[in-house]
Amino acid sequence: MLWGSRKTINMNYFPDEVLEHVFDFITSHKDRNSVSLVCKSWYKIEKYSRQRVFLGNCYAICPERLIARFPELKSLTLKGKPHFADFNLVPDDWGGFLYPWIKAMAKSRIGLEELKLKRMVVSDESLELLSKSFPNFKSLVLVSCEGFTTDGLAAIASNCRFLRELDLQENEVEDHRGHWLSCFPESCTSLVSLNFACLKGEINLASLERLVARSTNLKSLRLNRAVPFDTLQRLLIRAPQLVDLGTGSYVHDPSSEAYNKFKAAIQSCNSIRSLSGFLEVAPRCMSAIYPICENLTFLNLSYAAGLQSNELTKLIQHCRKLQRLWILDCIGDKGLGVVASTCKELQELRVFPSNPFDAGNAAVTEEGLILVSEGCPKLNSLLYFCQQMTNAALITVANCTNFIRFRLCILDPIKPDPVTNQPLDEGFGAIVRSCKGLKRLSLSGLLTDQVFYYIGMYAKKHEMLSIAFAGDSDKGMLYVLNGCKKLRKLEIRDCPFGDAALLEDMGEYETMRSLWMSTCDVTLGACKMLAKKMPNLNVEIINESEQTESNLDDSQKVDKMYLYRTLVGHREDAPEFVWLL
Amino acid sequence: MSSPLLGVEEEVQSNVSSPSVDCGLGLKERNYLGLSDCSSVDSSGVSSLPDNNKNNLNLKATELRLGLPGSQSPKRETELCLLNLGKLDEKPLLPLLPSKDGICSSSQKNVVTGNKRGFSDTMDGFSEVKGYVYTQKSWMLREAGSDSESPQSVGHGKYPGNSGVNVILSVRSLGAQASVKKEEPANVLQKQPRATNGTNLKQTDIANNKSGAPASRAQVVGWPPVRSFRAKTLASSSKNNDEVDGEPGPAALFVKVSMDGAPYLRKVDLSTYSTYRELSSALEKMFSCFTLGQCGSHGAAGKEILSQSKLKDLLHVSEYVLTYKDKDGDWMLVGDVTWE
Repeated sequence: MLWGSRKTINMNYFPDEVLEHVFDFITSHKDRNSVSLVCKSWYKIEKYSRQRVFLGNCYAICPERLIARFPELKSLTLKGKPHFADFNLVPDDWGGFLYPWIKAMAKSRIGLEELKLKRMVVSDESLELLSKSFPNFKSLVLVSCEGFTTDGLAAIASNCRFLRELDLQENEVEDHRGHWLSCFPESCTSLVSLNFACLKGEINLASLERLVARSTNLKSLRLNRAVPFDTLQRLLIRAPQLVDLGTGSYVHDPSSEAYNKFKAAIQSCNSIRSLSGFLEVAPRCMSAIYPICENLTFLNLSYAAGLQSNELTKLIQHCRKLQRLWILDCIGDKGLGVVASTCKELQELRVFPSNPFDAGNAAVTEEGLILVSEGCPKLNSLLYFCQQMTNAALITVANCTNFIRFRLCILDPIKPDPVTNQPLDEGFGAIVRSCKGLKRLSLSGLLTDQVFYYIGMYAKKHEMLSIAFAGDSDKGMLYVLNGCKKLRKLEIRDCPFGDAALLEDMGEYETMRSLWMSTCDVTLGACKMLAKKMPNLNVEIINESEQTESNLDDSQKVDKMYLYRTLVGHREDAPEFVWLL
Repeated sequence: MSSPLLGVEEEVQSNVSSPSVDCGLGLKERNYLGLSDCSSVDSSGVSSLPDNNKNNLNLKATELRLGLPGSQSPKRETELCLLNLGKLDEKPLLPLLPSKDGICSSSQKNVVTGNKRGFSDTMDGFSEVKGYVYTQKSWMLREAGSDSESPQSVGHGKYPGNSGVNVILSVRSLGAQASVKKEEPANVLQKQPRATNGTNLKQTDIANNKSGAPASRAQVVGWPPVRSFRAKTLASSSKNNDEVDGEPGPAALFVKVSMDGAPYLRKVDLSTYSTYRELSSALEKMFSCFTLGQCGSHGAAGKEILSQSKLKDLLHVSEYVLTYKDKDGDWMLVGDVTWE
């Protein structure tokens, strides 16, 4: 053939612009990171063309170095507090402040356009500075953040002239009941996505209606509880092009005029693919939704505490194209059976507890999970809060080999298999063995070191592992650290893992983003040693007792330890109760 | 809904003299909770039974009860002790109906200190009759054979407290506060699934601190792993659902269900069912799991391990029938009246 006569092409003969154009097609962060390692010239080109940056831990680097590294930054994703902060394990004021980032970027005249934050402390001051410093700012997404009020939102609304997206998910916002929504100027017509479902207070309904009316590109609208049913109906008439709808209050008399108007309005919304809300719901009004159900791909009823199992199942029977379902456990095992027989395209299922602190009442058991795993061949992502689980069930569920995320939470933390009284080692072992693509796993129930043996042996692609109340000895943790080479985040609470496990392979932690250990058997001395030997790690102790660092002796166990790799050493904003070793 | 279980849990904790219960399965008990020595738990134990207690005490005076021979008069606390299976033989319990055919007899033993009473004797000692003010109707699963006896014994009118008091079924109609109290004690009882190694330490509570509810008892912080935003929202939205006026549709109708030989009761919401058959199968399922769990959880030799299907068969073969007590205090067979 003609192989020999082909001329080799040297990429370096291309001008930078061409290379840059090629790099534009490379969007994954990992790939771009790899590209920048090829040679100096590629590093330089990639550096100046990089617009999107993801920082999984805001303390891994400081704002100034970020800006120096990627001066053309336009879109930044930042995560702050450790994951277990979601469950009240991290005291307030731990850290994760947004302000220094905004300040640095404003000063450097970065042309920030998008900001996505998770578990960060966002002050009104930082929102205001943000709104005034970046004229092209387009998208703000805040997930599980806190520290701001509706005044901050008012600043965003007033000053961001080209705002396309304001998406607030599950944030703790102090609601001053101001007219933040009215602060969107009449000239603002660019909104594509508006989600304020997590706000608790009243909003100006007339302003909302006008805003929606003039936002002709609006595709996603999620309302809060204060928006009543008749407003919802009027909004739908103005925005039939919606793709994603979150209802506000969904309570109305089914015989009323407003209800009939609503039914008519929703019929013309045939682009809706995603539905959520229903924080307040009148069950008998759910039938109005049926006409749009057949096109839904995402249904989130996880806050709809007012819907009972029979209503839920009746609704779901219409949702044949559903790919993601978030629901409360009051759907019951039988209801999950209906899901299994109806939603053949289902990829993601999340079943939340309607009575989280009342373990005896969870309405789903292993049976529901079996039904779904057998009925939904595309299932790859699961979050399941249940009353109990058996090894046999997990072994059956393991036949569904596509799982990428598998999070099982048995409400009673060390509950064994109720049929055999055995720990759930074999069941989880089956899951990790068959699901070769598993990246995220959360365990619960009674578990011994054996399950970690299995995880270490089979879970080769694991990136995130959450362990609670499990294991018997250091061996458990060692199996995991030795076996899961791709691990990025490991979080452990209430397990008997101690110093030997922590210190066995210290270098491992530099390949991971972070490690959390609370209420384990790790001592202060071991943490100190780790901090000393590994300068690229920050080892932080969260100490909520009265004692100071000098009073505690090295052999005492620490309550909470959080360590993470970093390029910039100790952070400067740590509060008193956080000891930086 | 997620407000703290008032004081009930502490009762349990205070009964646990030490966390070291060996379940005999070779599983080591471990104190994960960092409650360390349960000392913080114990101390707050006895005093804080909630208003429930006061309500109950009101009825106490009017109640006629028959306890087990030789037993002390049952106090409120006894029902809570059920959670601590290991200790059951130390305290007299709710008078329970024995199962004649030996099903659950093993659990029985632990629960009822081995005393089997004659059937008619037990009629009076229904576990329902703990003096819950609110639930007047109570459902029971009884053995088929006892059917003929039941109406009569029932009709004796020995039922303390309940008889003559008009039926107030709906939990929610009493307002959110009362409903919370009402449901939770029952739920606590249910909360004891197959606690194998009897480490009640793990039986935890609620009171998510941040929700503002005072943590009146020891708890496992951060478990279950539900985002605090979600926990708070669900808590307040359940209250709102209760208060929404003009809400069409039936309010929830919670009734207590007890089964012969069961150490604790269940509650069902009648409004979630539309036929007797649904109700009956739901109850079967509820109690079959329960029974099986009981049998499974005792490490002691000599217990009968029933396979789940066998138990179901038994239930299907109508070893048990559904009966209820109406507002006149008469025991009626379920199914005669139309569902509505």
